[in-house]
Amino acid sequence: MIELSQVSKSFNVGKSNQFTAVEDISLTIEAGQLTIFKGPSGSGKTTLLSLIGCMSRPTSGRIGLRGIRTAFLPAEASQEGFDISSLPERFLTEIRRSTFGFIFQQFNLVRGISALENVMLPAYPTTEIHAAFQARARELLRLFGLSRHAASRVEWLSGGELQRVAIARALINDPAVIIADEPTAHLDSKLSREFMEIVATFKAQGKTVLIASHDPIAYDSHLADRVVEMRDGRIIPGGQQP
Amino acid sequence: MMQHPAIQALLTSSFLIAGMLLYAARYGVKILRAWDLRSGSELQLQLERRTYLVSSIMGYVLAFQILSLFLFIFTADTLHSQFTGAMCAAGSLNANGYGYPVFFLKIATCILAGVWLIINHVDTRGYDYPLIRVKYGVLVAVLAPLVLVEALLQFRYFQGLHADVITSCCGSLFSVDKRSIGGDLAALPAVPTEWAFYAAMAATFAGGTFFCLKGRGGYFFSAVSCLAFAVSAAALVSFACLYVYELPSHHCPFCILQREYGYVGYALYASLFCGGVAGLGVGALMPFHNHTSLSHIIPPVQRSLTIFALASYLLFSLIVSYYLVFSPLRLFS
Amino acid sequence: MNFSLNRHRNIIDFSLSSLLRRKMKNFSLLAVYTLIVFVIASLLFFVHALKREAALLLADAPDMVVQRLMAGRHELIPDSYAGKIRTIPGVRTVTPRLWGYYYDPVFGANYTLIVPPTPTVEPGSILVGAEVSRNQRVRVGEMVAFRTSDHIPLLLTVKGIYPSASNLVAADLIVMASEDFQAMFNLPKAHATDLAVTVANPRELSTVAAKIVEAFPDARPILKSEMLRTYDSIFDWRGGMMVVILSAAVLSFVIFAWDKATGLSAEERREIGILKSIGWETADVLYLKFWEGIVISLSAFLLGGLLAYGHVFFFSASLFEHALKGWAVLYPKFKLVPTIDGYNLAVLFFLTVLPYTTATIVPAWLAATADPDAAMRS
Repeated sequence: MIELSQVSKSFNVGKSNQFTAVEDISLTIEAGQLTIFKGPSGSGKTTLLSLIGCMSRPTSGRIGLRGIRTAFLPAEASQEGFDISSLPERFLTEIRRSTFGFIFQQFNLVRGISALENVMLPAYPTTEIHAAFQARARELLRLFGLSRHAASRVEWLSGGELQRVAIARALINDPAVIIADEPTAHLDSKLSREFMEIVATFKAQGKTVLIASHDPIAYDSHLADRVVEMRDGRIIPGGQQP
Repeated sequence: MMQHPAIQALLTSSFLIAGMLLYAARYGVKILRAWDLRSGSELQLQLERRTYLVSSIMGYVLAFQILSLFLFIFTADTLHSQFTGAMCAAGSLNANGYGYPVFFLKIATCILAGVWLIINHVDTRGYDYPLIRVKYGVLVAVLAPLVLVEALLQFRYFQGLHADVITSCCGSLFSVDKRSIGGDLAALPAVPTEWAFYAAMAATFAGGTFFCLKGRGGYFFSAVSCLAFAVSAAALVSFACLYVYELPSHHCPFCILQREYGYVGYALYASLFCGGVAGLGVGALMPFHNHTSLSHIIPPVQRSLTIFALASYLLFSLIVSYYLVFSPLRLFS
Repeated sequence: MNFSLNRHRNIIDFSLSSLLRRKMKNFSLLAVYTLIVFVIASLLFFVHALKREAALLLADAPDMVVQRLMAGRHELIPDSYAGKIRTIPGVRTVTPRLWGYYYDPVFGANYTLIVPPTPTVEPGSILVGAEVSRNQRVRVGEMVAFRTSDHIPLLLTVKGIYPSASNLVAADLIVMASEDFQAMFNLPKAHATDLAVTVANPRELSTVAAKIVEAFPDARPILKSEMLRTYDSIFDWRGGMMVVILSAAVLSFVIFAWDKATGLSAEERREIGILKSIGWETADVLYLKFWEGIVISLSAFLLGGLLAYGHVFFFSASLFEHALKGWAVLYPKFKLVPTIDGYNLAVLFFLTVLPYTTATIVPAWLAATADPDAAMRS
């Protein structure tokens, strides 16, 4: 479970172009739920997701994680919950790598290497043997019907295929939380609906899913347990609740 | 000063190393003044990023300083023929008053850099940078000045080296009236040193094993390990080298690095260095083992360090004992 | 231990593939780096080989050579000095030596004339070095005309030519009989150019030398050890001078390397941003950069070293000869004996890899600590 209390994030603090992306957000995200963040661009969805996903630290406020396993704290402490807002980067990254899977708006795949390599990349800094995560990567590609593209460079893949490679990459370390930022932005309706079906399988596996989207196919989906509406960096009260 | 590519290489390296450390120390001061883990401000993020740079720099400094220590010894050895009376590196280092201080300072900085890296390793495993002030305090106050002084002294040493060569076509006997450099090192008497050496090793093993099993006595082990380090160094000069060279009067500790003795010097010095740094590291970590974030990180690290130190000292003792037993030289019937 | 090894292996794997992905940039860096290593390595190997040759040669030189000075200039030494010196305790042998220089105005060359201690040629014949024969265009059996102090030319027959393998010592050498030598220069009898002295105990050399000076204030003993040191010093000095000159090149290379390291293309920045966003920590990216640097350094070091080895020992260091060997009309063409030791490689390492690595520490760190957010939004 993820708990945010009065979280704010500002950029360029103290300079003339100071900009507050997210202001005074308090939110609790239950495990196993699909939460959708809805709002126009510039409303702070991406920043909020990167804060929750341990990609950056809040300027003020606290973010607590509970029930998420880490290597550096004993199990009881993890169960009780700990505050990640002042964790050094190395620990944040370790949590992010093992607990969160990211799907970016632009897919953000590395050009010049194959799809299989891209899927395996998040597992490189772990202490796992190459052969083990390579097998997992192949399995994931097979699951998404991309086996024949395993050795192809990502420049040669279509939009839908790229998205599925990105999803496979997010799954390589078997994360408990999946975060997707505008996943359907570059997809047509058919592929967008296929994406939501994949999200359904995540939910069935008990994963927590967070999606930021201004696409109705996403936020109007019956799968959503909760819709959080944002504008100008704040949450607008009155979203859908289960 | 003598123009010699190796001297230029050494001066370049010490200049670069000193430069890197000054750069690191500058950020060390900033970190000491402005560090605040709780704040998510830009400054704090920048400082955290800087710590990576300083750690990288220190890793490189250690590697280069160790290499430069060996290069220094070898250069002194190569140059020995240029000075009357110098038989090997030991003689060259005696050529002026700066030689041995530079040597000892280099060793000291290598050891300190090693211990710093151990503290750094433990610090990075703690989730709240618990040892950051200690680390940077040591860096700024001890290591950086030491390296600067060493670089300066090394420069003065080389500057003061003048080969005893023919300098004028009209003069003669350029080397006769120059004082002959003492080519040898003062050494402690062999028998008491042998006893002291084995006693120190035994105490170290006892202390280390006790610490590993019971988890107590860390300070004792560290102290005894440092003592063993010092006694071993003295032992090398006073009797171990004699058995390697099979000569009762050749006390030079540098000639064992040569090919004709099977490069055994490297094994001896490497194991001694590892043992010394690991032992000292255990002691350096002792004051912090009650920190909340480190309470379950430090003990395993200390245990590994102790085992590593013991293994190194064991290797060292075995090599020395091997030469003691199997060398044709018999110092006493 | 096993586990963290996997992490290292994986990252090294990726670093190799990442190097290959940017061939042009890395190739140009490698080329310049190799060139620098090549130049400095050639210099070091050459100086080292020359020093070794000189030391080998001088090993056979006499322990001490006694010359006579008059008003600070070299004078012939009377044989009677030899008799007196023989009586000094500790002296084993004293051999008067006859040798000198001859300038040939026709070809503008200096030859070294020497009379060996045991007669090797009969009067009227000479043995010449390979360069002499080439210069004078003579073969065995032909005659060479020498100018003497009276205007009568001295004709001597070439009885043998030293092989070119001995060029380092014998290139400009002419071996003749003492009668011809004396005839050529009109030398006073019972005089020698200098005396070669050997002593029983090398440690006594300085004492014996002091006694010689005491007995003959105009004598100048030169010890073999002094000669060795002086030669060593000269070669070192020349080598050192070249290094100082080359330091400008090394500095340019360092600036070039630093520029390459800081000038990451947009693609590279994006890649690092992606890596950091999917779970690579700054230390992992630093480690990646570290390995990229190592691979390039090692390749340049090996390649440059090999090329230098070939250059010095198979092509006689044609690029440097002039600066290091000195200038002369008679240029001994000789091949140096290939010799290399760990020490020289260490010096090479310190003069090349160390500056490069230092230059890339900060750029690598800058790249590794880039904010993934900023990198990806671009």
